Amino acid sequence: MKLRFPTILRIGILVLLIVFLVRPEWFEPVFRPLTQNNAPVIYNQGSLLTLTLLHLRTVAIATAGATIVAVALAILVTRSFGVEFLPLSRSLVNIGQTFPPVAVLALAVPAVGFGEKPTLIALFLYGLLPIFENSLTGLTTLPPTVTDAARGVGMTGWQRLLKVELPLAMPIILAGIRLSVTINLATATIGSTVAAKTLGEVIIAGLQSNNLSFVLQGGLIVGVLAVLIYDGLSAIESFISRRMGLLQQS
Amino acid sequence: MIEIENITKRYGAATVVNNVSLVVEPRTVTVIVGTSGSGKTTLMRMINRLVEPTSGIIKLDGEDNRTLPGYELRRRIGYAIQGHGLFPHRTVAQNIAVVPELLSWDKARIDGRVSELLSLFQLDPETFGPRYPHELSGGQQQRIGVARALAAEPNVLLMDEPFGALDPVIRSKAQEDLLAIQKRFGTTIILVTHDMEEAIHLGHKIAVMDGGNLLQYATPAEILANPATDFVATLVGTGDRPFRFLSLSPAGDAVEPGNAEGEAIPASATQRDALAELLWSGRPALPVVNDAGKAIGRVTVEGLVKRASRPAA
Repeated sequence: MKLRFPTILRIGILVLLIVFLVRPEWFEPVFRPLTQNNAPVIYNQGSLLTLTLLHLRTVAIATAGATIVAVALAILVTRSFGVEFLPLSRSLVNIGQTFPPVAVLALAVPAVGFGEKPTLIALFLYGLLPIFENSLTGLTTLPPTVTDAARGVGMTGWQRLLKVELPLAMPIILAGIRLSVTINLATATIGSTVAAKTLGEVIIAGLQSNNLSFVLQGGLIVGVLAVLIYDGLSAIESFISRRMGLLQQS
Repeated sequence: MIEIENITKRYGAATVVNNVSLVVEPRTVTVIVGTSGSGKTTLMRMINRLVEPTSGIIKLDGEDNRTLPGYELRRRIGYAIQGHGLFPHRTVAQNIAVVPELLSWDKARIDGRVSELLSLFQLDPETFGPRYPHELSGGQQQRIGVARALAAEPNVLLMDEPFGALDPVIRSKAQEDLLAIQKRFGTTIILVTHDMEEAIHLGHKIAVMDGGNLLQYATPAEILANPATDFVATLVGTGDRPFRFLSLSPAGDAVEPGNAEGEAIPASATQRDALAELLWSGRPALPVVNDAGKAIGRVTVEGLVKRASRPAA
């Protein structure tokens, strides 16, 4: 495979990110102009690498949970026995999306305490909608000749779901997961307001001490992570779609 | 043998198939012809229970088709549809292997069967096996669709407008291939089409459906000679009738003793082809040769024209 410019650029950015997380002090000259009164330039209240990994872990757990619940719901309401639950499921995930994560945090803290738990709940609810709606679209817009053939060759309901319907809906479901991950990577930062260990700590520390350099470091890491993960998942989707001939081969 | 007894299908107030009975002899091709909305596809889909009848019984080799669960029944019956319905996320080989895998054949047997079928359809297993359906032409996709339907060696093959999406040249090739395969495996084929030409060409028997009713169930010759209703007559097409009639029999059956000049026609060609050749070349008679290339007589314009006229009822 020939490496094209965008690929090289992404690899470059990834390398830069890793170097920054492991040796942030090397970048001191870059951020120096953003600080005043001899304030520390590089975040010094913990390891950026640890915070990044914890941030990713929080998002991964919340998205995994949201994926399981949203896809399971979408499967349920597309079976003949579950059609009645479609409006109910839709309202539930819509509420999850419209309820502001900050409000969820405020409500969850008294119930489950400070730390990672309220953040996970907020992100889980916030991530449901894109995955659910995409899974629903994916499972209801399958080519009719293919679903007919799947019945005609003698597959049972489970076999049709696992061997035909889910694989064919996979690119669209993945697109939902990608959206959800991207939104949650950014949203996870507010978890630090309730003492969850995320990159939000860096931003909040910067805001509290009026240190623009801290804010920028936290924001940049989150932003770069979001872009790279978004692109990575897009690449997986288009690989699957291309193999099925849904996209023109480039 | 497939016995359809008093089959009716209603959707709410609409009767889609109305009290249809017919018997399909084993190892024959039966074509169900009708316009869209005639109930022909619904009738066929009740055989493998993709549609459950409202009333009536369908027996396969004497056994009620409701004795097995639907999915097990369908694994025993080949099913090929218009637009092939291949699984786009699976390779050609995996598509053909679907039913044998559902039946838990061992891997060696499945691989052998896939190669055999691909070769049978003139597709090189090494080249085409690993490809994905979208990398094939329309004609190749259609052949893979039929190969998949035949993979588990079913006694019965159901085909829903299998050649509908093909261009005329590929279409007639596909029809010839189907007839050859039917002869080779002795499969009982039920094929649904709206094309009477195709029905006459492929069918040992033709069932004509309209508005959910079975209008006539007879051999092509009988349908051409004595259409049961005006609708059947319209479907047959009065203008083409004599030529379609001639297309049913080989030139060998019309041979008269004697000699003729010019290029010969094989005895296996249809009488329609023979007449066409006579008219086009402006000759009064053609020599006929058998498979070995030996002259066995001649066919004449006069003789063929006589055969094209309506048989006495």
